[in-house]
Amino acid sequence: MKIDIAHVAKLANLKLTPKEEKDFEKQLSAILDYFKDLQKLNTEKVEPISNITGLQNVSREDEPKPSLSQEDALKNAPKIHNGFFEVDAIFQENE
Amino acid sequence: MIDLTQLTIKEAGEQLKAKQVKATELTEAYLDRAQKFNKKLNAFITITEDIAKEQARKVDELIADNQQLSPLAGIPIGLKDNYLTNGIKTTAASKVLEDYIPVYDATAVTRLKDANVVFVGKTNHDAWAHGGSGENSDFGNTLNPYDVTRVPGGSSSGSAAALAADMCMAATGTDTGGSIRLPASFCNLVGLKPTYGRVSRYGIVAMASSLDSIGHLTKTVYDSALILNATAGHDEMDSTTSTEAVIDYTQDIERGVRGIKIGIPKEYFEGLDAKIKKVIMDAVKKLESLGAEIVDVSLPHTEYGVATYYIIQPSEVSSNLARYDGIRYGSGREAFGSEAKRRIILGTFTLSSGYYDAYYLKAMKVRRLIREDFTKTFEKVDCIIAPVSPTLPFKFGEKANDPLQMYLADIYTVNMNLAGVPSLAIPAGFIDGLPVGMQIIGPDFTEKQLYQIGFAHEQEAQLYKERPKI
Amino acid sequence: MKYEPVIGLEIHIELNTKSKMFCSCSAEYFGADPNTHTCPVCLGLPGALPVANKVAIASAQKLGIALHCENLLSSKFDRKNYFYPDLAKGYQISQYQEPFSLKGYIEFDVNGETVKIDVTRAHMEEDTGKLAHAEVENKKVSLIDFNRSGVPLVEIVSEPQIHSSDVAKGYAQKLQQIARYLGISDCDMEKGSMRIEPNVSLRPAGSNDLPQYKVELKNINSFRFVQKAIEYEITRQTEILEKGETPALETRGWDEIKNKTFSQRAKEMAHDYRYFPEPDLPPYLFTKEYVAELKANMPELPDEKRARFIRDYQLSTYDCALLTTDIDLAAFFEDTVKAYPKGEPKRIANWIIGELLRRLNESQTPLSSLNLVPASLAELLLLTDEGKITTASAKEIFEKMITSGKNAQELIKEFGVEAITTDKLEEVVEMVIKQNDKVVAEYKAGKEQVFGYLIGQIQRQTQGKADPKTAADLLVKKIKK
Repeated sequence: MKIDIAHVAKLANLKLTPKEEKDFEKQLSAILDYFKDLQKLNTEKVEPISNITGLQNVSREDEPKPSLSQEDALKNAPKIHNGFFEVDAIFQENE
Repeated sequence: MIDLTQLTIKEAGEQLKAKQVKATELTEAYLDRAQKFNKKLNAFITITEDIAKEQARKVDELIADNQQLSPLAGIPIGLKDNYLTNGIKTTAASKVLEDYIPVYDATAVTRLKDANVVFVGKTNHDAWAHGGSGENSDFGNTLNPYDVTRVPGGSSSGSAAALAADMCMAATGTDTGGSIRLPASFCNLVGLKPTYGRVSRYGIVAMASSLDSIGHLTKTVYDSALILNATAGHDEMDSTTSTEAVIDYTQDIERGVRGIKIGIPKEYFEGLDAKIKKVIMDAVKKLESLGAEIVDVSLPHTEYGVATYYIIQPSEVSSNLARYDGIRYGSGREAFGSEAKRRIILGTFTLSSGYYDAYYLKAMKVRRLIREDFTKTFEKVDCIIAPVSPTLPFKFGEKANDPLQMYLADIYTVNMNLAGVPSLAIPAGFIDGLPVGMQIIGPDFTEKQLYQIGFAHEQEAQLYKERPKI
Repeated sequence: MKYEPVIGLEIHIELNTKSKMFCSCSAEYFGADPNTHTCPVCLGLPGALPVANKVAIASAQKLGIALHCENLLSSKFDRKNYFYPDLAKGYQISQYQEPFSLKGYIEFDVNGETVKIDVTRAHMEEDTGKLAHAEVENKKVSLIDFNRSGVPLVEIVSEPQIHSSDVAKGYAQKLQQIARYLGISDCDMEKGSMRIEPNVSLRPAGSNDLPQYKVELKNINSFRFVQKAIEYEITRQTEILEKGETPALETRGWDEIKNKTFSQRAKEMAHDYRYFPEPDLPPYLFTKEYVAELKANMPELPDEKRARFIRDYQLSTYDCALLTTDIDLAAFFEDTVKAYPKGEPKRIANWIIGELLRRLNESQTPLSSLNLVPASLAELLLLTDEGKITTASAKEIFEKMITSGKNAQELIKEFGVEAITTDKLEEVVEMVIKQNDKVVAEYKAGKEQVFGYLIGQIQRQTQGKADPKTAADLLVKKIKK
């Protein structure tokens, strides 16, 4: 089993070095081979378990509580502008 | 004068209460040691000297005022650096959060503050809690105080080393696949992985949400129970915390093991290193001689644990680490270390279109089978005893270049996280001067009974009195 | 070749809860300073965890019931993973496999015909932050405000069964009406609390296959623009297809100034949402009784109300449709009927449709923003019945009532439009006859068309306060004498 590392890295929003790509491909294919063990188990009639707590219907009342101050919200941001978080322009507008 | 850094929490608490010792004195003693040995062991990322002193002063005032305080008041502890602390740098041991100053406290931190503990500092660990050796920290390896050429176990490496080297009296940890129990085992400590949902995950950097258990390391079983008394309980900020009542975990801790049925699962002992097996079976015999009944049991899906775990965990990791985009805080995604990248890639792949059913869905099905193994076994026995690690503390670099070998070292610990059940790792003995631990596993919310069993063994073995020569 | 448009609508409705979907930040963020309505949860800070809003869930379920959906008893949240700067956590908590509601329909009228469009699903999710594009120090940047992040949304997805822009608009309007009836959302397109994203593609007329591509349209903030954007796309795609090419699978924004759609391609967007069950939120298990109770506590919906109005008030289907457009207007109608002793639903309907609804439409304001109570209209009608004011004056007074919120008596006094008494009118009529003896003589001689002139003179003398019918009767009587 081989992973299309470049495609997966794009999905994961990660930039990998060529060396990382090469290493990961080798390491992850060994790991995926190991996962093949699971195929030995017949789980056709087994329901997947996504939550092991047995809890259900956990919710809260619709009551607003104070938010963080704008200062605290922006405190750790590398780039801010007039109370906003700032990033490089994200649209390429055609026409 | 007594050496304050040799006390248990229970003993220190009694002395503080009796005004024989001041919290500031106790804190100074630990801060001195922390400063001194951190250079050697690299157990702390941050030592919070000023905060510790301030907290200790406050406790002394409260004691002078004859206030009723928690048994943890004035006790110097370490916090794993993935516990968010308001105003104190929290890095998750990753360059991504190198300068991150949280604006809120984790619920567990709030509860410990409410108990008036003293924060010595934030402990080192494998970045994002990814790893079993501590070697994945972006801030350098933490050394094992019992042998500085060997790993202290991970991911809660700094917490274990700091505690074993008496730089604090307890330290918090997180256990997603063994990250508390493994370092406890490698450093002759007591490590609790509570039932999933017993302690709030709110404010602790998420690794794999459905597996993360919030626990701690201590020298003794009693001390472990004291900490759980403070941290356990429902939290309205964490929808997965249980509303199950919190009990006093120290109560009846001396009950003993008479009549307790202990299961020995064959899957955990077949193929186990003979020396390690002997140490653990000797401990089991000790419990038998104290009145416990030993029963052979089987958990047939054990062998699928590592594969199941290494599908579910990286999948959740890939999603949980998506928020680190360098926009609202922290550095960009290029700052992730290679283990984090590896897990993100693996997890992104196992969730991706066309592969979800074969990996994630399959793993969730096997996870049910693994949980059923435990629930069925607990119909027959009260607890299970198993090894924590297939090996003794290993040398730095020994497994670092082979991720699969590293992952396979989790073989005895991941199943409890998959099942959600509590497990208490306690010292079992030594081999050639290196610690060996074992774990006592029980049904959901039976931490109290695990403490009783651990305590019975501890009274006999007294291993907590051993100290590393550093 | 002739083409048939294939249109599906994805509509997001922002619920009007007090707090956000998964945290307790106030959800009333509109117009607030940026990043003042955030907390660790909706900012996606490390360690933060979601806790679901009870009211938001119930609102989503009610909408499902109103759309005739199957409300799933077993439901859960999933994570939808993708990267975008306005998505704080790098995933959106949404519902994939087991949404609250599946498989319903919306029925509505378009150009006099009833149309039924199937609803694929109605699921809950959280809103994202908001991006603005700006230039800072000569550099193009995007600015992010997370106040909207985590506000509860319901996404309603239709089957691609829509084949015209009229039907698309009708579907969306009906959905808006239902959500407003339920009181779960303002559905204000301009404020963004209702967002319509049409998926438009074309296939050869007569074909039943789904086209191999689709174009998603965004940034549409009015029903009119929904139609215009769809029309524009149909023309654009027809031209491409006629050249023998296939339109690109893409997202296009609507430019309301240039009246055209434009390609809105974000940099390096890879799509594979990698849904998996949200591990931070345990699943939901509802009982049939719970769903039945939700349904029982729902207000009467537009279709039911319209049917009841037709039945109870004997009004035309058309009138009832207009009266039930808005739940407040319908209530206003019913309350006026109750407050007016003579009942006369038809007369009241005429007033509400002819006077009130017309003005509301002209000024684009909702009834709730007016200071108008049903009792005021009822009083006005009574005063007209008693001859205290003329119908013409009553209409003027009503307009003033709508704008000022004052009651009829006050306004009548204020503007002096009280109808003059019959005694006073008699005097005026006699005076007019006297002053226009020549004209009266012409009338008597059979020149009936001058009658209008005489009435006009009476109205002039009374500043229009004479009831036209009484004035005419008196004039005839007096001339005959």
